[in-house]
Amino acid sequence: MENTLQIGAYSFGDTQLNPDGSARSTAEAIKNLFDAIVHADKAGLDYFGIGEHHTISMPASSPGAIIAAAAAATTQIKLGSAASIIGTDDPVRVFQQFATADAISGGGRIEITAGRGSSVETFPLFGYELGDYDELYAQKLDLLLTLNASATENVTWSGTARPSIPQLDVVPRPVQGSLPIWIATGGSAPSSARAGRLGLPLAYAIIGGQPHRFAPLANLYRQSAKQAGHTGDNIKVSVATFGLVAPTKKEAVERMYPGWVNLNVEMGRLRGWPAPQRGSYLAQVDAPNAYFIGDPDDVAERIVDLHRHLGHMRHFLQGDHGGLPQEHLLESITLLATEVKPRVKRLLAAK
Amino acid sequence: MSSQSAMSSQSARTSQHATTIGILGAGRVGTALARQALKAGYQVRIATRQPAAENALLVDIVTPGAVAVAVQSSQAAASDLVVLAIPLHKYRTLNPGELAGRIVIDAMNYWAPVDGVFDDFESDPRTSSEVVEEFLQGARVVKSLNHIGYHELEEDDKPAGMPTRRALALAGDDAQAKAVVESFIDRLGYDAVDAGFLAAGRSFEPATEIFTGSHTANQLRALIQKARPLAAAA
Repeated sequence: MENTLQIGAYSFGDTQLNPDGSARSTAEAIKNLFDAIVHADKAGLDYFGIGEHHTISMPASSPGAIIAAAAAATTQIKLGSAASIIGTDDPVRVFQQFATADAISGGGRIEITAGRGSSVETFPLFGYELGDYDELYAQKLDLLLTLNASATENVTWSGTARPSIPQLDVVPRPVQGSLPIWIATGGSAPSSARAGRLGLPLAYAIIGGQPHRFAPLANLYRQSAKQAGHTGDNIKVSVATFGLVAPTKKEAVERMYPGWVNLNVEMGRLRGWPAPQRGSYLAQVDAPNAYFIGDPDDVAERIVDLHRHLGHMRHFLQGDHGGLPQEHLLESITLLATEVKPRVKRLLAAK
Repeated sequence: MSSQSAMSSQSARTSQHATTIGILGAGRVGTALARQALKAGYQVRIATRQPAAENALLVDIVTPGAVAVAVQSSQAAASDLVVLAIPLHKYRTLNPGELAGRIVIDAMNYWAPVDGVFDDFESDPRTSSEVVEEFLQGARVVKSLNHIGYHELEEDDKPAGMPTRRALALAGDDAQAKAVVESFIDRLGYDAVDAGFLAAGRSFEPATEIFTGSHTANQLRALIQKARPLAAAA
C-alpha cells in the first residue's frame, strides 16, 4: 500500500446560475474550469481531473481540449480525464489529444482515465446503440491500450467497434513513451477484478454509501492483479468523492448545499426522484459517510482514515455542481492544497 | 414483518422457507444481496459468466462464505430461491429451461434515463417483470428487492417488530412463491408487503414514490393502495 497520498480536485464543469436560477453560459463554465485548474497548480494541488459530461449544467464535454490548454498554463499539477467515455469516442483521437497535451506539458503530467460513463447521454449524441455498451467499451479499451503500449508510431489493431488499423501511424507518441491509463469504476466487483487482471491502475468514484465499504473491492483488485502476475507501480488505487473545503465545517456544509439541491432537482427531473431533502444531505456530510465536506482538519482526517481501508495513493474531490459560486471552488482548492495536503502528510507519517 | 405474513410463515415453516439462495450476477446488487443473505444464515451460491477461478477469487474476497459456481453448471439455478441480479438488458442470456418451476426474484429494473432506452421494454406496455416472466416460461417470478439501493440493503436492515423497520414490496402471481420470498425478505431485515399480482409491480418500478423513497410497512401499503386502488392481494 502507498504511504503518500496525492490530493486533488475534479470537475464536470459547473454552469453558474443567475439570481433568478436560470443558467449562465456554458462558455463561462469552461473558462471558470480552466481558471480553477491554473489556480490549483499555483496553490500546489497534486492533481486535477476533468470528467466528460454533455449537459448544460455540466458542460466539460472535451477533457482533451481543456487539458491541452491547461498543460500550457501550468507547471507541476498532474492533469487527467475523470473520466473519458471511451465507448462512444474514438480511442485514436483520445490518445492523440492526450499525447498532444503531454507534449505541451513537457511530459509526464498527463493521464487518461477510461470510463463507461454513469449516464448514457453520449450514446444518442454520437449515434451508438446502448445494446453495444459492453462490447464498445471492451474493444475500445483494448485499442487504447494497444496504442499506448506500442513501441513506435506504427500501430496495427483489428476489431469491429471501429475500422481496423493496418500498420498506420498514430502520432504523436507520449514524451515518456506511454501515458498512465486508469480504469474508472463506481465499484462493481467484476470491474475491480478486470482492472487487476489487466494490470491497470484503478480509479474508484464513490458518490454514495460508506466509502470504507470499498475495502474488499480494492483487495479484490490487488489480488486479481497479483494472480495475473501484475506487480509494481501500476497497481494502485485512487478515490474520487464529493467534497468541499471551507474555513469552517459549517461554511463548507452551507456552501455546498444549494448546488447539491440543484443537482438533485435536475437529476430528479430526469430520473423521477422526489424533491431533495436537507436531511438526506446532512446524513452524508459526516464520517464515515460519502461527502467529504468540512474544514481542513475534518477532511484531512477522513481522507487518512479511508486510506487505512483502501490504501489509495490519490484522493480527489468534486464540490462544484449545481452552480457553486466560483470563489467557493477556488477557496476550496486553496485549502485543499495548502491546509489539507500538509495535514494528510503529517497524519500519514504519524501512523 | 406484518402479522399476517408472520402467521403464514409459521404455519407452513418447512415448505415456505428457503435454505439455499442462488444469485445470478456478481455486480453491486448481487454481491450486496449475497452478503446480506449470508448474514441471515442462508447458503449462497453466486453465478457469473466469468471463468471459475476468477469468480472464485471475487466471491472469496467480496462475499466470503458464499460459493462461486459457473452459470453454465445450473447450480445457482437449482437453489430454493433464485435472484436475478444481472443488468436487465442481458435478460435474454438467462436460461429458461433451468429456471422452469423455480422461485425467481426479479430484482432488475427498466430505468431508461439511467440505463438507456431498450426496445423490449419501451414498446411493451407491461412491467419489465412480466416481460421477463414470459421469456422465462414456467419460472415462478416474484418482483422484489428492486426498489432498495444496493448499499442501503446492507445498512437499513432492522430486527422484526421495530416500528421504524423498512418495508420492501413484492408482486407475483404465485402465492406459494410469494410466501417463500416474504420469509426471505423478513430474514434479510425488512418487512415484506404484498402488492398483489405481478402486474401490480408497476407501483414500485423506477420513478414511483415507492422506488425513490424509504418506507415502513404501513406507509408502503398506503402507497400501493394509492397506486392501484382496485388491486387486491393475490
